[in-house]
Amino acid sequence: MSHSNLYLTAFSTIVIKEIDRFTRIWLQTIIPPAISMALYFLIFGNLIGTRIGQMQGFTYVQFIAPGLIMMSIINNSYANVVSSFFGAKFQRHIEEMLVAPIPNIIILAGYIVGGIARGLLVGIVVTIVALFFTKLDIHSFAITIGVVVLSCILFSLGGFINAVFARKFDDISIIPTFILTPLIYLGGVFYSIDLLPDFWQNASKLNPILYIVNAFRYGIIGISDINIVSAFLIIILFIIILFSVCLYLLNTGKGIRS
Amino acid sequence: MKALQITNLEKTYANGFHALKGIDLEVSQGDFFALLGPNGAGKSTTIGVITTLVRKTSGKVTVFDFDLDTKMVEAKSMIGIVPQEINFSQFESPLEIVLNQGGYYGIKRKQARERAKKYLTQLGLWEKRNDPSRTLSGGMKRRLMIARALIHEPQLLILDEPTAGVDVELRRSMWQFLRDINRKGTTILLTTHYLEEAESLCRNVAIIDRGQIIENSSIRSLLSKMHFETFILDVDRAIETLPLLEGFTLYKTEDDTVLEAVISKGQNLNELFTLLSEKGIRIISMRNKSNRLEELFVRLLDKNNREAI
Ligand SMILES: Nc1ncnc2c1ncn2[C@@H]1O[C@H](COP(=O)(O)OP(=O)(O)O)[C@@H](O)[C@H]1O
Ligand SMILES: [Mg+2]
Repeated sequence: MSHSNLYLTAFSTIVIKEIDRFTRIWLQTIIPPAISMALYFLIFGNLIGTRIGQMQGFTYVQFIAPGLIMMSIINNSYANVVSSFFGAKFQRHIEEMLVAPIPNIIILAGYIVGGIARGLLVGIVVTIVALFFTKLDIHSFAITIGVVVLSCILFSLGGFINAVFARKFDDISIIPTFILTPLIYLGGVFYSIDLLPDFWQNASKLNPILYIVNAFRYGIIGISDINIVSAFLIIILFIIILFSVCLYLLNTGKGIRS
Repeated sequence: MKALQITNLEKTYANGFHALKGIDLEVSQGDFFALLGPNGAGKSTTIGVITTLVRKTSGKVTVFDFDLDTKMVEAKSMIGIVPQEINFSQFESPLEIVLNQGGYYGIKRKQARERAKKYLTQLGLWEKRNDPSRTLSGGMKRRLMIARALIHEPQLLILDEPTAGVDVELRRSMWQFLRDINRKGTTILLTTHYLEEAESLCRNVAIIDRGQIIENSSIRSLLSKMHFETFILDVDRAIETLPLLEGFTLYKTEDDTVLEAVISKGQNLNELFTLLSEKGIRIISMRNKSNRLEELFVRLLDKNNREAI
């Protein structure tokens, strides 16, 4: 017997609920990235950037814009899933889904698509903010969209894993503070790794966010420190790994079934 | 047809606690069944396994002949669950909660809306449908969980201590509501630690204690096993030594002016009163020793232990 109709209804219920959640609290979810983006552009782009001069043939503000937009996308897709799933666990209404006839993969997919939706919406908002400060031509639409969606998936999965292990509210900010933010800042958002000594160039290549930022920058302004194909392959590899981990955690009931 | 069949169910929690020690349980279609037992007996654990919130260690559960492991979707679609603790989002409204739950069971929005209206109205929540659920009273929250459990019109409704901490009036109306849906064909399994609740609602009962089913029969035959009733007597003076009364058993308590009398079926109280007043003891007041479940337990365990020896 096929259950595809049931799965589709359950899936869209989760997705709509997720979108509803973050749009309802837009003051906490959509506005803060827009404000910090405006500040970054004002300070690094216009005030300091004019003294830095050109970076790989682009103005500094043009160079950092893709990285800053991507930073918002990463943070927001991650934050959406970690806070929503942890909140559901904490308030126990995750049980509403767990008792229902929904396979774990559908639950996971629902949360991931919720994370993509928030990542995309915030991405659009901060891009609009960026356009107040600089001109952005899209070099390759397909690569831009592709890398955005893949990044949203990847960091939604990361947020999901964080939520599964979190026991208290503090736990949902540990990974963003101690791992995500440093990786983003050191992932070539503000500089080209060409500027680094050899050792640090190589060390940077262990940072998955470097590939994302560069692939995205390539999509928008057409320059990258690394090969685009390998960037995509690495992002996809990470997605496969994290997706398997998430499914494994759900199937073993880690943190949600006793 | 069995609505629920549990075979040799074992559960050992991660901390090593052996909560279920080989449970066997059968609930027939259309039945109103009580799983009765004191706190910590394993009622919620059993319900947890049926709803998959608790992962079983071993054993088998089938719901209308669908194995919960291999026919998960079919089995779960048959079940509606009202948990012991509130577990909906405090920020969502009753209508959202019920509609989303419908969605999780594959009910399309349009149909879910019709049913939500029906059940929220029946449970007296329609006026509150758009309020944040944290503003509902305790009784309304419980009723909301019932409405939520009914949105996919399950064949088997499971309620885990639905009336714990609910006031008398609401308890009565909830009982009536459950009787009605049972009469319309929904099989009901409820857990309770009130014998009275099982007695007034259910046809069949299983008694669970420390992870084992110690009795499984119809309510009627269970109650007929209760040959004894204990009364607490307040008497007019301190009793030093208990009088010997033919045919009755008296016990002293902590308080010298309070006695306990065990009356078996067929004996009458008048006789006891007469014998006592012959000894010069007058009774000021009398009450039934209230915890009948406890008494029942003592007797069942007595019986079990004796059988074990
Ligand atoms: N997650 C858990 N980990 C360890 N022990 C548990 C857990 N949940 C319940 N227990 C224990 O299992 C026993 C049965 O609990 P429960 O099924 O909730 O009883 P009841 O619902 O009959 O009151 C209790 O002793 C309880 O402390
Ligand atoms: Mg319980």
